[in-house]
Amino acid sequence: MSVTYLEAIREAQARALRDDPRVFIYGQDVGAFGGAFKATKNLAKEFPGRVLDSPISEDAMVGLAVGAAIEGMRPVVEMQFADFSTVGFNQIVNQAATLFWRTNVPCPITVRLPFGGTSGSGPFHSQCIEAIYAHYPGLVVLTPATVEDAYSMLLEAVAIDDPVIFCEHKFLYYHLKAEKLPSEALPVGKARIAREGRDLTIVTYSAMVHEAIEAAAELATEGWEIEVVDLRSVKPLDTDTVMASAARTGRLLCVGEAWPWGGVTAEIIARVTSEGYGLLDAPPQRLNAKDTPVPYHPNLWTAHRPTARSVASAARNLLRQ
Amino acid sequence: MLQTVHEPRSAEPPARFRETCLAACRFMLLARVLDDKLAALYRAGKIHGGVFLGRGQEALSVSVGLSLKKNDVFAPLIRDMAGRLAFGEPVIDAVRTYLGSVLGPMRGRDGNVHRGRPREGYLPMVSHLGAMISVVNGMLLARKLKTISGTVGAACIGDGATSTGAFHEALNQAAVEQLPLILVVANNQYAYSTPTSHQFACRDLVDKAAGYGVESQSVDGTDLAACLETVGNAVARARDGRGPQLVVASLLRLCGHGEHDDAGYVDSKLKASPVGRDCLKVAEEYLFRQKWMDAAQLAALRNKLVREVEEAVAQVQREPTPDPFAEEWRAIASKHLSETHQENGD
Repeated sequence: MSVTYLEAIREAQARALRDDPRVFIYGQDVGAFGGAFKATKNLAKEFPGRVLDSPISEDAMVGLAVGAAIEGMRPVVEMQFADFSTVGFNQIVNQAATLFWRTNVPCPITVRLPFGGTSGSGPFHSQCIEAIYAHYPGLVVLTPATVEDAYSMLLEAVAIDDPVIFCEHKFLYYHLKAEKLPSEALPVGKARIAREGRDLTIVTYSAMVHEAIEAAAELATEGWEIEVVDLRSVKPLDTDTVMASAARTGRLLCVGEAWPWGGVTAEIIARVTSEGYGLLDAPPQRLNAKDTPVPYHPNLWTAHRPTARSVASAARNLLRQ
Repeated sequence: MLQTVHEPRSAEPPARFRETCLAACRFMLLARVLDDKLAALYRAGKIHGGVFLGRGQEALSVSVGLSLKKNDVFAPLIRDMAGRLAFGEPVIDAVRTYLGSVLGPMRGRDGNVHRGRPREGYLPMVSHLGAMISVVNGMLLARKLKTISGTVGAACIGDGATSTGAFHEALNQAAVEQLPLILVVANNQYAYSTPTSHQFACRDLVDKAAGYGVESQSVDGTDLAACLETVGNAVARARDGRGPQLVVASLLRLCGHGEHDDAGYVDSKLKASPVGRDCLKVAEEYLFRQKWMDAAQLAALRNKLVREVEEAVAQVQREPTPDPFAEEWRAIASKHLSETHQENGD
């Protein structure tokens, strides 16, 4: 018996629906069909009237969720792909994200974004746009890398009194498996040391955690001990854990699948250099996707995003400095 | 029943209609007096940011506010002072928001027309046009899920907002879910400076309703009695479970977009046409004609409302404004999740 990352997301929603009558799910094809990725499989049958198909209207989907939250509900909105959330961007960043600040009325909505690249998905079904949401005040942005976190963090997302952008990586949906669902978890806001090491720190999140761990295993055969920090949430960002790890290793490599300009990796480097400049033995580095739209063909796609190989190579360069 | 609804107005208004008209006229006059005062404060440099008046739109606006009940939802727009007051917003909330008092509902964090009390069903607008409609839908859907019945929600927009994707998505959404939404369009002939000829190409905005499968009605927005009846009927139909209602009123904005705008672009022919009538004057004359009020009573009422507004302004001017050092600077409700990291090592 094992459970995949995708099943964990389904199970978390089932439990949220079971435990809290205020929860409902709204999104395209989420009802009887069970969602484009089957993240809501059978939920409409199990929870009649609480898993609702929406028209293809991302703006109105999020607007509706905000209104329902004002009425005391806990809506979960499924975007079919993170890429399409830009159509609902206005409601997320201007309506949901400003409500509490402006009115003192909390806005507990969860917007699920199936994000990140999978082979053959191309420019409009692969994007990593967590940094854009993290840029806006008023949002919590979660990026679980494991089955356990997918489950526990989604449950916590629904319980949080603020709008949560829940970035679930499509690449992890099917092949990432755990023995069972967790009974306890680190709280949101705490990063996790995914692998301990002493020579270099890789700070990353979501699917890139697995590329980093694979790179660390490869570098271990060359005698290097690489520490991998899984951020878990990019907002809030656990600066303390990152800083402590950088202090231990003296070398920092930030890895993200998102585009490089002004992103999460840049933010981490800014924080570590401004507050922990003296901790570093070499200039901090980062590795991101290339600054182009995400390509369709696997040959191009694997070269566009960081992989275990390119992470290991970037780490080697930094270790030589 | 997807065509425009035509319901004849009764020749002899019942006594209750007299009370409604008198109440409406009072709120219209109060809104006008309050708007005029805010404009004066703006010219005196006492207001930060803009001032946006509802002059010429009070008849329509007040009809929305008066047709709603306490537990209904109301999402007004920038020219809805009359509707806001009629829905129950105290004068002092408006003054406090315009003057940035910390005692107001927005506490200086937002200003002017961006005010409301969401928990009371009174939504504070964001600036993005059409964006409030789906929020009203959400409140109505939540009530449906909670099996609360009998309440409705109204959203006010202008002709410009009908061109947005948010309008389309939200009206379609309300129709799909058959929500008791009343979408009130004030076609005031200009979106800022853009005339309707550059805003839409359909014959009449009310024609859009058919495309969404919702009922609709047009009304002369300068005629209080017509607005009360039309909006009241639309609210009643929504309350009766007949789904979303679209009301389109024709009127003219008798001021600039904001007080910074002299509205020199407004066609003088429009001003001279029936659509350019001042709805407040039309309403007062209607009340005189019905012998429900005379000029002396109107003057006395006006004096009373001026005093009420002056007192509110005088009070708010003595109230504390926001203190940046006392401000918490936290955008989320979950204290434990707020970003503690600040620039300059705060």
